[in-house]
Amino acid sequence: MPPLKLKKGSTSHSAYNLRPTFSDVQERHTLAVLVDNEAGVLARVIGLFSGRGYNIESLTVAEVDHEGHTSRITVVTTGTPQVIEQIKAQVGRIVPVHDVRDLTVEGKAVERELALFKVQGTGDKRIEALRLAEIFRANVVDSTLDSFVFEITGDVGKIDAFAELMRPIGLVEMARTGVAALSRGATV
Amino acid sequence: MTKNIGGRQMTGAQMVVKALKDQGVDAVFGYPGGAVLPIYDEIFQQNEIRHFLVRHEQAAVHAAEGYARSTGKVGVALVTSGPGATNAVTGLTDALMDSIPILVISGQVPTFMIGSDAFQEADTVGITRPCTKHNWLVKDTADLSGVLHEAFHVARSGRPGPVLVDIPKDVQFASAGYLPPTKVSTSHYRPRLQGDPVEIERLVALMEGAERPVFYTGGGVINSGPEASRLLCELVESTGFPITSTLMGLGAYPASGDRWLGMLGMHGTYEANMAMHGCDLLINVGARFDDRITGRIDAFSPNSRKVHIDIDPSSINKVIKADVPILGDVAHVLEEALALWKARGSRTNAGPLGAWQKRVQEWRDVRCLDFKQEGAIIKPQYAVSRLEALTKDRDRYICTEVGQHQMWAAQYMGFEAPNRWMTSGGLGTMGYGQPASMGVQVAHPESLVINVAGEASWLMNMQEMGTMVQYRLPVKQFILNNERLGMVRQWQELLHGERYSQSWSEALPDFVKLAEAFGAKGIRCQDPADLDDAITEMLDHDGPVIFDCLVEKHENCFPMIPSGKAHNEMLMANAKMQGAINATGAVLV
Repeated sequence: MPPLKLKKGSTSHSAYNLRPTFSDVQERHTLAVLVDNEAGVLARVIGLFSGRGYNIESLTVAEVDHEGHTSRITVVTTGTPQVIEQIKAQVGRIVPVHDVRDLTVEGKAVERELALFKVQGTGDKRIEALRLAEIFRANVVDSTLDSFVFEITGDVGKIDAFAELMRPIGLVEMARTGVAALSRGATV
Repeated sequence: MTKNIGGRQMTGAQMVVKALKDQGVDAVFGYPGGAVLPIYDEIFQQNEIRHFLVRHEQAAVHAAEGYARSTGKVGVALVTSGPGATNAVTGLTDALMDSIPILVISGQVPTFMIGSDAFQEADTVGITRPCTKHNWLVKDTADLSGVLHEAFHVARSGRPGPVLVDIPKDVQFASAGYLPPTKVSTSHYRPRLQGDPVEIERLVALMEGAERPVFYTGGGVINSGPEASRLLCELVESTGFPITSTLMGLGAYPASGDRWLGMLGMHGTYEANMAMHGCDLLINVGARFDDRITGRIDAFSPNSRKVHIDIDPSSINKVIKADVPILGDVAHVLEEALALWKARGSRTNAGPLGAWQKRVQEWRDVRCLDFKQEGAIIKPQYAVSRLEALTKDRDRYICTEVGQHQMWAAQYMGFEAPNRWMTSGGLGTMGYGQPASMGVQVAHPESLVINVAGEASWLMNMQEMGTMVQYRLPVKQFILNNERLGMVRQWQELLHGERYSQSWSEALPDFVKLAEAFGAKGIRCQDPADLDDAITEMLDHDGPVIFDCLVEKHENCFPMIPSGKAHNEMLMANAKMQGAINATGAVLV
């Protein structure tokens, strides 16, 4: 083999092209992560996402078994299929993580989010807000003469749609919990 | 974690020492400070565990790494809070990247002062969370013995790695019951060791039919233990497949073995990289397709089926898609694969395999590592070759720093057994080798331990000469002194238009006088004719030596896979090109 001549003053400052050859279609996955409820465990999971450059679209966490000290973290993330697999493998090897489940590929799952909307207004706008809330089955959980706080649950799309409708008629503040999800059917 | 209920009452500090003894620890590398004084007081009052006082906490962690890598046991470092812990971060990250089992115990300000910006307070578990496999802040003495035993379990199980236990000072003073290792239930953390039999069968079937197979092995073989190396050798010998290894895996298969191709990757041998490029079956055993190995990914081993044996699921399909992924411990998987392959008649595709072995031999005959030692200046390759020739038959351990010398050591030294080669692979930590060699010498007091170094890397932890002299650790510091940051210089030459920005040292110490100032022996050698005698003098000296080997300043490390190229497009050492580079380089420097 003749020795290669390397171009002097090459513009490439990195030794390697690291672009992988995997599919680059972005997918959205909902992961359920069962963890020991110990100090710092959420930081470990989140730190992994930020440290390795993964996306978090939504994240919820709460203790689900007080006796067993376990919490359930629900993460909605996006990435190529290879990145999603990496995320699952990387999260799975964190020591206090018991189980990582990909609800998007395991079959049908129910996903719900809860949101609180504060809507200001009087007169027709106020009546319209109530009418829309009824259609979306949102409850009024606080009321003054010129405002409502609505509580709504549903999947992400429903809450987005409700927010879009409420914005022109006085939506001033909103709080969303992020997605909680469970697989459908009898099996765990 | 097991909470103590009962057990022998003792203070947290006593628990630390007791737990280390119960885990079989005989050496600890550390540095005292306010937040670990109770533990140091306990260390003072016993003789079973030897404590080695380093000069900087980073060195304590590298020493623990050297100890761990040369023994297969968990290495232990003890540091104080705040700066003690932050100084340990580089060592922890190094151990994480190279999967080295170590335990760092750090002191912390008392629990009631945590969060108050107390003197020497740092959020140690926060800082070290991304650079440990796992870490713990122990807030109750009753939890301490359970956590310590679990820390050992996590460090050495599955893919090994560094762990850290942060112990506030009041927890060290308080008393509670101690639980021995046998009484502690070590969490749910139990990585799977057995490979999937279906995948192993696919591997064996592929081995039987392969026309151009190659084994590509890594640090996972070493970490899996001596049995993994033995099984690997048996498999290689009985199949006749050629074998290459990453920097981390050197020694798992003996360099004198018939099938050995040398190291692969960026500075790997011609035969290893050509075999990787041309193979039709690539069997990855405990390696992780690092970017120094693969080169350009879309041109990496383009015509091969890829088998990947790894204990860490996140390594599989991370970079290179595996056709046959086998999740499991190397020794377990190799044992099953070997047994199955034998049971099916030890078949190989003999005809094509013979032709492949011939082709591999032709690549070997290129002799890509050949060099000419001529003139009055020592070539670094020559220095390493002579060191190899004069020490290879001895009970020898080699450490390195990071840079050109590291690659030359990997290329020109032969490793016949696992756990004999300690180098910072993943993180590439300059300043690793000297403290690591210290840890190796502590673990193997009767053996010859050499740190092959570059002068720039070596200076990063040179303070440890004091430790070596204090504990009479007769490590040989073999410094290839080119008065340059050699690898940086090489890259500037090849990639940055020969603009040598900040890559040479203008005020280097006189290494011989430096050795003498520390109370060690210094030897300088600059004439090729004197080299053998000087090396022999170094080896014969019963004590630490700094060997200042003045070498050619502008030597480049070849072969090299250049920017954005594939394995079959290596840049080879070439007299004409060398001359051109040296002439222009000399003008600029």
